[in-house]
Amino acid sequence: MELLINHKSASPADNNAVIECRDLTKKFGNFLAVDRISFSVKPGEIFGFLGANGAGKTTAMRMLCGLSYPSSGHATVAGFDVYRQQEKIKRHIGYMSQKFSLYDDLTPLENIQFFGGIYGVPARVIKERSRELVRSLGLEKEATKLVSGLPLGWKQKLAFAIALFHQPRIVFLDEPTGGVDPVTRRQFWDMIYEAAEKGVTIFVTTHYMDEAAYCNRVTIMVDGKIEALDTPASLMQQFACDNMDEVFYRLARTARRKDP
Amino acid sequence: MKQLLVFIRKEFYHVFRDRRTLLILFGLPLVQILLFGYALTSEVKNVDLVVINTSGDLLAQQLTARLQASALFNVQEKQLSPTEIENEFKKGHIKAALIFPSGFSNDLIKIQRAGFQVLTDGSEPNISKTITRYLSTIVQDFRQEHSTAALAPFTIVPELRMLYNEEGNGSINFVPGVLALILMIVCTALTSVAVVREKETGTMEILLVSPFRPAMVLVAKAVPFLLLSLANFSVILLLAVYVLNVPLAGSLLLLFVITLLFIATSLSFGLLISNATSSQQVALLISMMGLMLPTIIFTGFIFPLENMPLPFQWISNLVPAKWYYSAVKSVMLKGLGLAYVWKEMSVLCLMTILLLTITVKRFQIRLT
Repeated sequence: MELLINHKSASPADNNAVIECRDLTKKFGNFLAVDRISFSVKPGEIFGFLGANGAGKTTAMRMLCGLSYPSSGHATVAGFDVYRQQEKIKRHIGYMSQKFSLYDDLTPLENIQFFGGIYGVPARVIKERSRELVRSLGLEKEATKLVSGLPLGWKQKLAFAIALFHQPRIVFLDEPTGGVDPVTRRQFWDMIYEAAEKGVTIFVTTHYMDEAAYCNRVTIMVDGKIEALDTPASLMQQFACDNMDEVFYRLARTARRKDP
Repeated sequence: MKQLLVFIRKEFYHVFRDRRTLLILFGLPLVQILLFGYALTSEVKNVDLVVINTSGDLLAQQLTARLQASALFNVQEKQLSPTEIENEFKKGHIKAALIFPSGFSNDLIKIQRAGFQVLTDGSEPNISKTITRYLSTIVQDFRQEHSTAALAPFTIVPELRMLYNEEGNGSINFVPGVLALILMIVCTALTSVAVVREKETGTMEILLVSPFRPAMVLVAKAVPFLLLSLANFSVILLLAVYVLNVPLAGSLLLLFVITLLFIATSLSFGLLISNATSSQQVALLISMMGLMLPTIIFTGFIFPLENMPLPFQWISNLVPAKWYYSAVKSVMLKGLGLAYVWKEMSVLCLMTILLLTITVKRFQIRLT
């Protein structure tokens, strides 16, 4: 697979940025979970968010998704403020978590209808698009059987497709390929590229360093701070490493925080 | 609104595709009603009674006929010796024996005083007592009719009547209790498990990231169980009235409103539990141990509250089912109106408001 590396540098002042953070901070009591992080993400970019467990990835992502309020700093997602316009943010983002996030006792079609429904997609549109979706995923035979019978890889692909179903501007993927075999992981990344080409911004956290190399730009978080932010190629050059694995270990080694 | 309907439809899928939920929902009420109605009955009916009237006494025969007319006794007239009687008792063929002495009529007419012996099976003290009580009532009646007013001017006969349940129908008390129990299980346990399941599988996160309002998640979870509980209520009521012959003395509408109120209380309880826990097992354990047991013990339908030590009586006031049980008994069995149950209803109202306030507050805290 050819890597589509985006060399456009995105400064925090960029006006058409789809995610924009300045000194975003989250405190739990005296604990600084996220410490003044700043970055911006461009439309259609695949933005990798890396860090050891407890580095503050999930907390940062939760703030951007409108699940928790920042303690200080500024951030806009899809042009909406994370303090005052959480509800509007939610309309324009899709989300898929590391835990398998569909209903096992519903069929793929019912899952699509449900998630489309709660995002307010009109029933007629759901009907049309779901048929298309099932066909493109090759799930025609399984469309009316319970999801619990599907292999994990297919479930993840379906979950991703559902996260995109309401045509969000940004999709947040929280370790989306955990526990999936390499072939399916590759197919999954094909889907990610396809979505990015259509202009959807992908914000993805991962533990797999080969996946980090697929991203246009990568941030590495250590102890709540952003320690590195650049294209994978530049990062490897900067730290004089042959692969992202080494880059990650060089930075993560300095961490003093353990798992929360 | 449309989003809510989509959500509620999904909840119904969950309910109808889970065998365990279905079993609790529809199997449990049936089993409980039949169990309490038939198996665990404390009433006495068709007691096998042997009458020994060796001398063929006339008045004794009339009294026997009176006993035969009653549905309480299966009367057999036999001539048995004392040892034979004992054997019958031992084999369990009879529960009571009535032995008339020779010259029973004679004594009664000449000296206005005659006796007979009643033997009952003391190994079942409750049944024994009930039989003796029934027998003496029947004999009292009989004596009244056969003694002229002049002969016994000062006889005072207490006439006992069990108000609201003249036949001593045992299922009558159980029905409101079973209603309280079932509604509590369905609304509290099933609702809390339904919410916690979303947390366990990770779908709750997806819901919270969606524009669907968190408070509406709670509403969407509660609505199916509200509807199913009403269906359950109707089934139990039909079974009670048509199978167990429990009268419906009061207003059906009032009963319905009270039930709706209790369902609301139980649902709020379920939502509160689901907020405080994050695993289905814990949620189920709390609903079962924390609510079922108090419901059974402190409602008063199995153990009379009046006999409990005072501190327990205070605790019982905290159990919603106690108030529901009391209100249902008043309306269903005594036929009382709103004026007699407003207190119970306001208590349930207050409890619901309190529980819901805590639940919504907690839910918001969890989000930030």
